[in-house]
Amino acid sequence: MSEKTETAKRAVNRKDMTKWQWTLREMKNNKTAYFLMAPFYIIFFTFTVLPVILSIFFSFTDFNMLEAPNLIWFDNYIRLFLDDDIFLLAVKNTLVFASITGPGSYLLSLVLAWFINELPPKIRAIMTLIFYAPSISGNVYLVWTYIFSADAHGLLNGTMMNLGLISTPIAFLKDTDYIMPIVILVALWTSLGTSFLTFIAGFQVVDRSLYEAAAVDGVKNRWQELWFITLPYMRPQMLFGAVMAITQSFGFGAVITGLVGFPSPDYCAHTIMHHLEDYGNTRFEMGYASTIAVVLFFLMVGSNVLVRKVLGKVGK
Amino acid sequence: MAKLHIRKSNHAMNRSLGGDIGINIVLLIFGAFMFLPMLYTILQSLKPLDELWQYPPRFFVRNPTMNNFKTLFSLMSNSWVPFSRYIFNTAFVSILGTFGNVMFSSAAAYALAKMKFPGKNVLFKIVVYSLMFHTTVTAITNFFTMSVLHLIDTYWARIIPACATSMGLYLMKQFMETSVPTTVLESARLDGASELRVFWQIAMPMVKPAWLTLIVFCFKDLWNAGHTIYIYTEQFKSFNYAIQQIVTGGISRQGAGAASTVIMMLVPIGVFVLTQSNIIETMSTSGMKD
Repeated sequence: MSEKTETAKRAVNRKDMTKWQWTLREMKNNKTAYFLMAPFYIIFFTFTVLPVILSIFFSFTDFNMLEAPNLIWFDNYIRLFLDDDIFLLAVKNTLVFASITGPGSYLLSLVLAWFINELPPKIRAIMTLIFYAPSISGNVYLVWTYIFSADAHGLLNGTMMNLGLISTPIAFLKDTDYIMPIVILVALWTSLGTSFLTFIAGFQVVDRSLYEAAAVDGVKNRWQELWFITLPYMRPQMLFGAVMAITQSFGFGAVITGLVGFPSPDYCAHTIMHHLEDYGNTRFEMGYASTIAVVLFFLMVGSNVLVRKVLGKVGK
Repeated sequence: MAKLHIRKSNHAMNRSLGGDIGINIVLLIFGAFMFLPMLYTILQSLKPLDELWQYPPRFFVRNPTMNNFKTLFSLMSNSWVPFSRYIFNTAFVSILGTFGNVMFSSAAAYALAKMKFPGKNVLFKIVVYSLMFHTTVTAITNFFTMSVLHLIDTYWARIIPACATSMGLYLMKQFMETSVPTTVLESARLDGASELRVFWQIAMPMVKPAWLTLIVFCFKDLWNAGHTIYIYTEQFKSFNYAIQQIVTGGISRQGAGAASTVIMMLVPIGVFVLTQSNIIETMSTSGMKD
């Protein structure tokens, strides 16, 4: 049936229908759409939406995977915030870690993509690969354990001792003074991922004629070009990049564990992600783990919403 | 790596020489920070034992050898579950999961991008919101869901969740919206083609860059997947998990460890090199409206 006659029919009929009847009719007319979406959304709801709902429910229970859950209301939350010192430490570490790696990775991605965009196409492709490679290479971050190795054979210790800067090797990955800065450095090293690619692509699609027009209007240098033309033009990419960077900054648990082990010395790099895995995978305290998951969930979504509000003001 | 030069630019206005030099210096410094550890991994894998343990340590390799790779392969052939089994596991899961994700995401994305029906906006909004939380949040509860569905300790525990990623649907939908002209679809519908045919024969060939991107993103995740709580039988575990297990056996295996990292990283990097221009094209449409 052609679109035009269909719309005409709808327009006539809609007046005689209630909202529900009309919606139902529309749904019937578009059976194919629901058929096409069904496989994706069935899986998506089961493994992405349902777990969030289940977590909220389990967080009010003492579920342990073996016995039926008992409703204990806010006991888990009270225990988490008042009796669990390690959790509070994890919250602090997570906030420190995420507030540096999130914005850090975002700014690094944006600035480097901008600079790379100034290069000729072939070199641009090579530089993109160099910056993107660490984020897709699985556990390549373990190379940093050779670099920061605690004995004289470690690259950094050995070199510094050879130069006479230190006399005994420093146990970088065991010393609580060094661990946090090092895991942040390595996380940043692996963090030029999806948002970086988005910016690389974003810079390339800016309409070239805008720059010419701007030059006529008195834009004098590349900084002004960036601020007045490129960034406002790239706003959608910047928003998407922000979501990616924030979500990623809460997902570096494996990198931290790979470098300093679990649990980290004195829990100095213990994050909410680790706390969650500890109670969920090791102790199978599903109720308590769900409570941690709920807190983490709201932390992630909350910071996303906050940052989107701030970014929404750029160029307005 | 970038070398200093006066650029032949695509828009030469408003460019000072000083700025060009500054940009190249910054790129050189960060390029070194990103590239040197990658290079060091490769060099470590080529070092003979005495160079791995010499003092002072050297960055470069003097007498490159393939011994570490040989050690790795002999360790592999001695494992009690044959290594071909781990390779099969990863290949099977990666191929099926990637195929499912491309198919299901494209089908749903087509409906969301090019059809009108009740519930459309809500369904897309949920996916956008789900981009905002990391899968660590859902992993524990999914253990419960999977045990109810009897998926624990089967390949399906890895494959099925990989078949519907919010990232896949999001990228595909954004790309279809910009790259598939509605007029073309309209004229096909007027010619009497069914919606399924329009999707499969007209829209799908037009979004090749997007499905190549999905293939790369999905494949790299499944390829790099290591230990998971959903699988405990040794015969079902992944290649990455197994290769890590055999190289963590003591410091004497450091060279073999580096060799295994090199093998693991070459595959996703190679795939990215082949598809880079398609991925950049897809990402250019990934923008988010506020």
